[in-house]
Amino acid sequence: MEPVIQIQGLNHYFGQGQLRKQILFNLHARIEAGEIVIMTGPSGSGKTTLLTLIGALRSAQEGSLRVLGQELRNATKEQQIQIRRQTGYIFQGHNLLHALTARQNVQMALDLQPHLSQQEVRERVEAMLCAVGLGERLDYYPHELSGGQKQRVAIARALVGHPKIVLADEPTAALDKKSGRDVVEIMRALAREQGCTILIVTHDNRILDVADRIIHMEDGRLSETTIGVSA
Amino acid sequence: MIFAIPLAWLQLIRERIRLLVAIAGIAFAVVLMLMQFGFRDALFKAAVRFHESLNTDIVLISPQSTALIAMRSFPRRRLYQAAGFEGVESVSPLYLNFGLWRNPINKSTRQLMVIGVDPMAVSISVSDTPHWQDAIKLADHVLFDAQSRAEFGPIPELYRQGKEVTTEVSGRKITVAGLFRMGANFGADGNLLTSDLNFLRLFPERNPGLIDVGLVRVQPGVNTKALARRMKAALGNDVLVMTREEFAEFERSYWEKSTSIGFIFSLGALMGFIVGSVIVYQILYTDVTDHLAEYATLKAMGYRDVFFYGVVMQESLILSCMGYIPGFIVSFLLYILIANATSLPVWMTVERASLVFTLTVLMCTLSGAIAMRRIQQADPADIF
Repeated sequence: MEPVIQIQGLNHYFGQGQLRKQILFNLHARIEAGEIVIMTGPSGSGKTTLLTLIGALRSAQEGSLRVLGQELRNATKEQQIQIRRQTGYIFQGHNLLHALTARQNVQMALDLQPHLSQQEVRERVEAMLCAVGLGERLDYYPHELSGGQKQRVAIARALVGHPKIVLADEPTAALDKKSGRDVVEIMRALAREQGCTILIVTHDNRILDVADRIIHMEDGRLSETTIGVSA
Repeated sequence: MIFAIPLAWLQLIRERIRLLVAIAGIAFAVVLMLMQFGFRDALFKAAVRFHESLNTDIVLISPQSTALIAMRSFPRRRLYQAAGFEGVESVSPLYLNFGLWRNPINKSTRQLMVIGVDPMAVSISVSDTPHWQDAIKLADHVLFDAQSRAEFGPIPELYRQGKEVTTEVSGRKITVAGLFRMGANFGADGNLLTSDLNFLRLFPERNPGLIDVGLVRVQPGVNTKALARRMKAALGNDVLVMTREEFAEFERSYWEKSTSIGFIFSLGALMGFIVGSVIVYQILYTDVTDHLAEYATLKAMGYRDVFFYGVVMQESLILSCMGYIPGFIVSFLLYILIANATSLPVWMTVERASLVFTLTVLMCTLSGAIAMRRIQQADPADIF
């Protein structure tokens, strides 16, 4: 079976001409379906760049990057959009829409799936918010929720569409120890349930134990030695 | 299900103050446009009220006349010549001059237009005074325009109270024998209607053989336009022959083309349009800028650019409707206020209301289209 993410000889550059600077160097990696992978590494090592490449938010320049069987190098805009729709993103900040309630924020992700009826959308949104422990806060606006609650809404939004891949960038950075732990536990439980692949970029040592595998990025290079950690 | 959540609406009402500012700005632009167009139309309408009240089919005037405020006289003989054409029922002369009216209350003087007609002919429509023709047959008796400006004194009120109103016009004592309705226009603030003989008493310098307007009534069933053409060909170059409609159009086109009034009011309306556009653009641009991070997030989730264009377009359409309604109401009230204060025929018409609504929608969508370019700067790669 083809891996969910397959990276071969991936290079990436920022800037033009004289200022052109290589960010990623000859990356190789494969992530299988259902794996939870944590990527660590110092700031500026290129982790986030790799994440945006995998999420089809940036165009791949050199080498090969296959996500869900789609080659992302020279992918069209439409192909990028299709990959984005099968990916759940969890950001450092929660990036919720301030004008919408928790329920409406989550619904924004489902509105992209035209085959669902209004009834189904409603049920799935409510079920997902209950699953992240916000069943009582369905109609709260983001400014009425705590940091941890907002991040849980963001997780519900990322997972409600049953994405095949979840990409998370420092999902616990803004949270205290307990909330951070809760958030990753929810992510793991829901991912196991839906069988999706999770790639988390983090500095947070407290959550490393949720990973099946840890990969390390330094100066734009992935270290070949991967440390197995028991879940 | 793309538009299941009314995102445009929710984002607009989230920022109450900004929404109010936007509505106020658009309403201001709507009022400005409606007032300017309203004034322009009122001017044109007021200018031809005299023409429309004439009870005539064909009109003769001097070729040197350019508008009601600048009439030149021509020989009355021409009118009698016209009477000889087949199909003409009757002819009558009409004299015009500006006279100085003395306000009987505070004795101040003010210029008004004096219309002299033959009291034997029904040459002008008067509805307020029955037997008005008999009334003005009396020496120095006149009908006063009840819609004249208030500066002439409370003549209609005094008359209706049954008091005898006497005052001076151009140094001659006259008596108000009744009322008629014509209304002020940009050339004359008020009007007097009297007999041709009384007219010549007021203006002894005027030669009775030289008239300002010749009125020709046509027999029923006769083609007025064809008759006018025949007269034109036969009467020569020292007189202009036109139908009543052409006479009104002649006056209107003078104000529209030979003066800058039409242009000025259109320019005023354009200013309203521009002011409104700038306000809507500012509001929408700020709105898009504030939501750039959110839009980038939605782009990352797989929303296409066209979705955001839709949001901005919806916002601009909502704004145009929300701004138009108060603007319309304010203008409607202002029209009533102005009509009462100036005696100008200013009122809301369906054509003008829909024209300005179209302009408002255009103004908002145009600004929205410019503000949309900002959406391209929402880069989903920046959100991590």
